[in-house]
Amino acid sequence: MNESVNLIRVGRIKRRRRYIIVTSILAIIAFVLCCAMLMLGNTIYPVDDVLRVLLGEEVKGASFAIGTIRLPRMLAGVFAGFAFGVGGYVFQTMLRNPLANPNVIGITAGSSAAAVFSIIVLHASYAVVSIASVIGGLATVIVIFLLSRGTSFSIGRLILIGIGIQAMLNAVISYLLLIGQQHDIPTAMRWLSGSLNGSKMETLYPLIVVVLIFAPIIIASEKRLELLDLGEQTATSLGVHTDKTRIVLLTSSVIILALATATTGPIAFVAFLSGPIANRLVGIGFSNIIPSGLVGIILVLASDLVGQFAFVARYPVGVITGILGAPYLIYLLYRMNRKGNL
Amino acid sequence: MKVAHTFQAEGITAGYENRTILHDVSINIPSNKISVLIGANGCGKSTLLKTMGRLIKPFSGQITLDGKPIDKIPPKQFAQVLGFLPQSPIVPEGITVTDLVGRGRYPHQKFLKGWTKKDYEAVAEAMEIMNITEYADRHIDELSGGQRQRVWIAMALAQQTDILFLDEPTTYLDITYQVEILDLLTDLNRKYGTTIVMVLHDINLSARYADHIFALHNGQIMAEGEPSKVISSNLIKDIFGLHCTVIRDPVSDSPFVVPIGRHHNHVRMYS
Repeated sequence: MNESVNLIRVGRIKRRRRYIIVTSILAIIAFVLCCAMLMLGNTIYPVDDVLRVLLGEEVKGASFAIGTIRLPRMLAGVFAGFAFGVGGYVFQTMLRNPLANPNVIGITAGSSAAAVFSIIVLHASYAVVSIASVIGGLATVIVIFLLSRGTSFSIGRLILIGIGIQAMLNAVISYLLLIGQQHDIPTAMRWLSGSLNGSKMETLYPLIVVVLIFAPIIIASEKRLELLDLGEQTATSLGVHTDKTRIVLLTSSVIILALATATTGPIAFVAFLSGPIANRLVGIGFSNIIPSGLVGIILVLASDLVGQFAFVARYPVGVITGILGAPYLIYLLYRMNRKGNL
Repeated sequence: MKVAHTFQAEGITAGYENRTILHDVSINIPSNKISVLIGANGCGKSTLLKTMGRLIKPFSGQITLDGKPIDKIPPKQFAQVLGFLPQSPIVPEGITVTDLVGRGRYPHQKFLKGWTKKDYEAVAEAMEIMNITEYADRHIDELSGGQRQRVWIAMALAQQTDILFLDEPTTYLDITYQVEILDLLTDLNRKYGTTIVMVLHDINLSARYADHIFALHNGQIMAEGEPSKVISSNLIKDIFGLHCTVIRDPVSDSPFVVPIGRHHNHVRMYS
């Protein structure tokens, strides 16, 4: 008995250690990228200038560049990246399919469409746009679930219906952008692939508040999320309120995803890539909610830096993540098609 | 030794959406014994197990555990008394045996707390009983069907419940593994007094391993009791529509059903 206890303890400690090490490394990389976001730009500021600005000192030139442009840009990337990573992971784990994520099944498109509608048609204030994007995201989830219920629920059907809905919503977004005014065209990119350009402090607060409220709720449900992964019956027999858990997790994820989408646009494929990357790095067995969030931050910040500085022209972050995500989507479709479990 | 419980269902009618499968079933689970539900496909044995295991809400009727209606018991508390192994549980990709067995500890764990000494001991004990300690760090997807089934049962054992429900634990397994699983479950019952209720397809194995048989037909209980008293060629004819002759199992002396079929019914030797 004691021998077996030791045996399983050794294995578990090894996996736990890997979880902690990988998560710490991810956190360090994310932190370094945050610093890079603040230091790099047309003028490169040293660390002590950045620190002084952050502590509220007035530094000539740096205060404006860092305080007004780079800091909001970095924070938008951090919170949106975390929200996309966590939200995507929750969807993929709960529906047990990496394709079942907010980017592919149209939930971020639902938020985008609602946001674009309230901007172009209603000329609404930022608060209204945020609320509309949450409602748009939730409504899309509900429509997809209702349509995929049919005689028997299948995740494959849910995904196909989601893909269809996403195409429809993207058509709506394109149409709205067409009938919108000429000067709205530059924002078109933002709503189609996402960008950190033009992030402002005052438009960030709703996202920050919502992530600080709902991310802990999701993290607190991680054990129940693990059990849902064993299927409805096993989870129920272990004492999980499966319906309640699902509603809490879905609603919280949709809310953070929707606000992230309303703030930066639907940064392509971050919600899709973060979970699988985190699972690959950490291994499965512990809930990978936090690692997924960190991978989300890293993807967004690194892609934004690449988009800003790697090429002659500047590309918004969504273009870069799109280039990363599309091949993975094709690979996944190919693999699942061969295994026959789409 | 496991605690004795009175676990009863009274007049339950249950099923799925617009299909009623169980009609006014009353049942009393014998404590600390092995009970087996038998019956033809679609007779409601699995539905009965799920309804009593709280996976399905009955349309009407009442199920009580120690006199308390089960829908009044908080789910985690209920899960400390009753474990349920579904027919085809879903295997998460890439999980290790230890971690999967450990998930059975959920009903005993506090909010946001890691594994305690008790958790480790329960997991180790469950893995020892099911003989899977050597696979502790292996991934589930690398195991064979029989090994996997032992892991699932270990997960239910880690739950440390007095009552264990199993929905067709031997289906899809080779005969060797079927016997192995049923032997292990019998050990569990004899050693710890765990009340076991399961659905089995093989009548002869049911007759051999069960202390108590519930024979279901069209959503009702046709007969129940000790296998030697319950299983007869008439009962098999009634619930399966199968002509057969019942002899004694030469190994266990339990009833043994031998089907007749159309091509051999001229042989009158046994009837």
